[in-house]
Amino acid sequence: MTKIRRRLSERVAGFVRDWSLPRQMAGQSVMSEAARSTTSANLRPRLEEADRIGTSVCPFCAVGCGQLIYAKNGRPIHVEGDPRSPINQGTLCPKGAGTLGMLLSPERISDVLYRAPYSDRWEKRPLAWAMERIAQLTKQVRDETFAGTLPDGRIINHTLGLGSLGGATMDNEENYLIKKLFGGGLGMINIENQARI
Amino acid sequence: MALWDLANSDCIIEMGSNLAENHPVGFRFVVEAQRRGATVIHIDPRYTRTSALADIYAPIRSGSDIAFLGGMIRHILENDLWFRDFALAYTNISHIIEEGYGDPEQNEGLFSGYDPVAGTYSQDTWQYAGKTVPSPVAEHRVQSQENSSDEGAAFESMTKSPPPQDPTLQHPNCVYQIMRRHYARYTPEMVERVTSCPKDLFVRITEIFAHNSGREKTGAFTYAVGWTHHSTGVQIIRAASIIQGLLGNIGRPGGGIMALRGHVSIQGSTDIPTLYNMLPTYLPQPNVFHDHATVDRYLATETPPTGWWSNMPKYVISLLKAWYGEAATRENGWGYQFLPKLTGDASQEPMTMAMSDRVVKGQFILGQNPAVGAVNSELVERGFANLEWMVVRDFAMTETANFWQQGHRVRKGEVRPEEIGTEMFFLPAAMPGEKDGSVTNTSRLVQWHDVVCEPPGDSRSDLWFIVHLGRRLKELYRDSIEPKDRAIQALTWDYALRGEKQEPDAEAVLREINGRTVADGKQVADYRELKDDGSTACGGWMYCGIFPETGKNLSRSRRPDGPGESGAHLGWAWTWPLNRRTLYNRASADPAGKPWSERKKMIWWDEAQAKWTGNDVPDFLADKRPDYRPDWSKRPHGMDALGGDDPFIMEADGKCALFVPSGLKDGPLPTHYEPIESPVRNPLYPKQQRNPTAKLWGRPGNELHDAADPRFPYVFTTFRLTEMHCGGIATRVMPHTAELQPEAFVEISPELAASLRIRHLGWTVISTLRGEVEVRAMVTERLKPFRIDGREVHQIGMPWVYGWQGYARGDVANVLLAITGDANTSIHSTKAITCNIRPGRKARPDVLGQSEART
Repeated sequence: MTKIRRRLSERVAGFVRDWSLPRQMAGQSVMSEAARSTTSANLRPRLEEADRIGTSVCPFCAVGCGQLIYAKNGRPIHVEGDPRSPINQGTLCPKGAGTLGMLLSPERISDVLYRAPYSDRWEKRPLAWAMERIAQLTKQVRDETFAGTLPDGRIINHTLGLGSLGGATMDNEENYLIKKLFGGGLGMINIENQARI
Repeated sequence: MALWDLANSDCIIEMGSNLAENHPVGFRFVVEAQRRGATVIHIDPRYTRTSALADIYAPIRSGSDIAFLGGMIRHILENDLWFRDFALAYTNISHIIEEGYGDPEQNEGLFSGYDPVAGTYSQDTWQYAGKTVPSPVAEHRVQSQENSSDEGAAFESMTKSPPPQDPTLQHPNCVYQIMRRHYARYTPEMVERVTSCPKDLFVRITEIFAHNSGREKTGAFTYAVGWTHHSTGVQIIRAASIIQGLLGNIGRPGGGIMALRGHVSIQGSTDIPTLYNMLPTYLPQPNVFHDHATVDRYLATETPPTGWWSNMPKYVISLLKAWYGEAATRENGWGYQFLPKLTGDASQEPMTMAMSDRVVKGQFILGQNPAVGAVNSELVERGFANLEWMVVRDFAMTETANFWQQGHRVRKGEVRPEEIGTEMFFLPAAMPGEKDGSVTNTSRLVQWHDVVCEPPGDSRSDLWFIVHLGRRLKELYRDSIEPKDRAIQALTWDYALRGEKQEPDAEAVLREINGRTVADGKQVADYRELKDDGSTACGGWMYCGIFPETGKNLSRSRRPDGPGESGAHLGWAWTWPLNRRTLYNRASADPAGKPWSERKKMIWWDEAQAKWTGNDVPDFLADKRPDYRPDWSKRPHGMDALGGDDPFIMEADGKCALFVPSGLKDGPLPTHYEPIESPVRNPLYPKQQRNPTAKLWGRPGNELHDAADPRFPYVFTTFRLTEMHCGGIATRVMPHTAELQPEAFVEISPELAASLRIRHLGWTVISTLRGEVEVRAMVTERLKPFRIDGREVHQIGMPWVYGWQGYARGDVANVLLAITGDANTSIHSTKAITCNIRPGRKARPDVLGQSEART
């Protein structure tokens, strides 16, 4: 009984010795060794698990805050402000700070969905099938609607039958190729993005 | 100006922008300026966190900005508060305008040259006397209007002599005297009558701003869509440019007009545009109604003979070489006829109408959500329902993609999904971190982002989508012998593909944008190396130099300035053009090339080295002496026609245009017109209620409210929230942000709430002729009734970021808005319309219950 009691009191004493709060309440600095305990010593930053870190730019407004994205096994585990950036010096606003929640949102869709005309539901389809169908439909509308000239013979070489909206959320390289393919290749006129509105 | 340069301002006016809430990190430079002693002023209809942190807050009614800014111009001119040495040397204030010029003061609110049938202006009488001035703006003509064929030749008048000037400013038709007459009635009393801002407060703001400008000090404006989303949006910004020109706040540290834009690469998608009216980096899209029948006619018409834009043929031909490669030859006009020609306005609003009218049959929606973000949502949905097919690329379900299932018309029971024939594709998109590429921020800063993780499942980058769609289309058209298919066959489309998913190499595309020599494929380091003989290929001349040599992608550069360095951060990423952080920075030095003051120095002329030097890359010919003067006997062209003291090199005469002779479709000077829908008659021009050139599309479902319609007595404005981003789907499916802003609401004043018996958090119905929405009221003292022209006017506001998808939901504010357009940009009006509001709920509930309205 005495032995048990002694062991218990040793454990309590050990706990109290390890517990950082009494030391801090006694006036020692929270920034010093006084704040250390066995539990805190065993805490590891989750960023240590990252096998890849990359520089990114916050995907929301046009301020262009630098971000660092940490990934493990091909999946993002953390997004934070890039401390080197002269724009944000490591800070982010509530949207930017929530970026990981966007990448990992349970609402995210990673399948191709198709809805046939007059259908009441989405169906999953293979990506290659959808790409081929879209290419065929694009060609079909273009061939039906392409106009080489006005009635008076002036050259226009365009189609008004196809439209594209979007671009401000995308990269310069993507915008460049959209305009190049749709405008320069297919003769589309209706190409717009959020920059105007 | 660079965002961080705001910290160098001595006074900042935030107007048409809620900077603290909508660009919180950008706002830190305002806070830094304030810490260093700057005065911060917020002018806005709503009291927001931006107002709370400002030194001075001034309330104005939505849509009255030009009355306020015009009042500032008048006060600055009449009290001689302008920076005379700067404005006389660097602006067109002393230029003499054509005798036939007529001002709205003489003509009941209209400028000379108005055609009431077409609703458009001819700009002939707005020119410098004896000259025809070319515009530096790509979309400067009315798209559907025939233009005379001798315009290009008329521009040669700019090479014969300098524009006529009267440096004494006495000539009755010099810009100074015209502006004084034009703004004579924009008195402090009139400002109060139109805007509701107390006149003493208005005068105090004007004087503080003016006194914080000059040799030793500079001031800046910041704005966002609170300025642009009006039928006079371009002219509001112009009014600020006039103030900045007069006060010497352009091209100098801490001076400028900062556009706070809303999407990560909205600047990039304007520069390298997915826009109908421009080819990459501000080259005009050819138009059949303009003198553009051949490449030679197009270049002759569009190339200003004087100023930097005289280089345009090099940029156009290099672009055609980048797009069509070997198929672009001198014989076929460098493939110019492969380019589609415009026949009218094809911007988003007309495109919406064209969907309804079944002109557009197939539609791509790439990372945009027009069911929420575009005005007149029900008309937008009608357009979607009339399409044959639609492809939506996004990362979560959007209101646009499932309009056929849960759209407004389906929920009202007007139509069932089984009656909507649109074939729909939803393609999941890769997100930042899952793809690499460059984005351009609001200060023209181009930053590369890395690929760090894998996109899930079938998610792919938009680059992947467009490259592979292009490959399939080229394959489908491979054997065609039809002339119409030559363009797609000729298009260069040989992009290296990587890995199992066959992801295209984004850097290869950036190298194409940067440009190279055709013969040996060597990267071009500077757009001055581009040629008009087909020997260079360049996808976007303004981005030339971003990838100057193999393996050197400057948008990846990440070296910020340390303590003791200039703070221009020239090693952090890359800014177009040629890494210049402040445009027109030649104006930071006086005409002789010396800084205006030690405190505000940026670049200066170094006589010993015979070149411009300083803390930024000079936006000027590096070795052009300040005392260079054009030799008019030799008919100078290009930069030879601009003096060594003409900083505004994109303008045909090198001067900052206070008065704009060419390029604006609604007048050479900003003029106060009431919003398209207004609760009051125009107090300044009683005969001219609205902008006479605003674009209106009258059709069923898009009816407008007349001025002072008693059925719609309240001003309605839409706004954004810190936690929610634009069309909203990204932040509405992010758990943290959705929890912080869970539901749509309308913000109303206690006075209006009391008079209508609306309770805080009680339901309300807001209505217009376009539709109605049902949201809870947030009654706050942040909105106050205005006194306009002697009577009380209430304004209410609603965030437009909600929809029926995601965790955070609410009615779509844009149901209430009409499709209208600014004359210059076709931008819609969202900040000042009229509406009615009542307590209670909609008469007819949704046929889909709240719980069903989920996927």
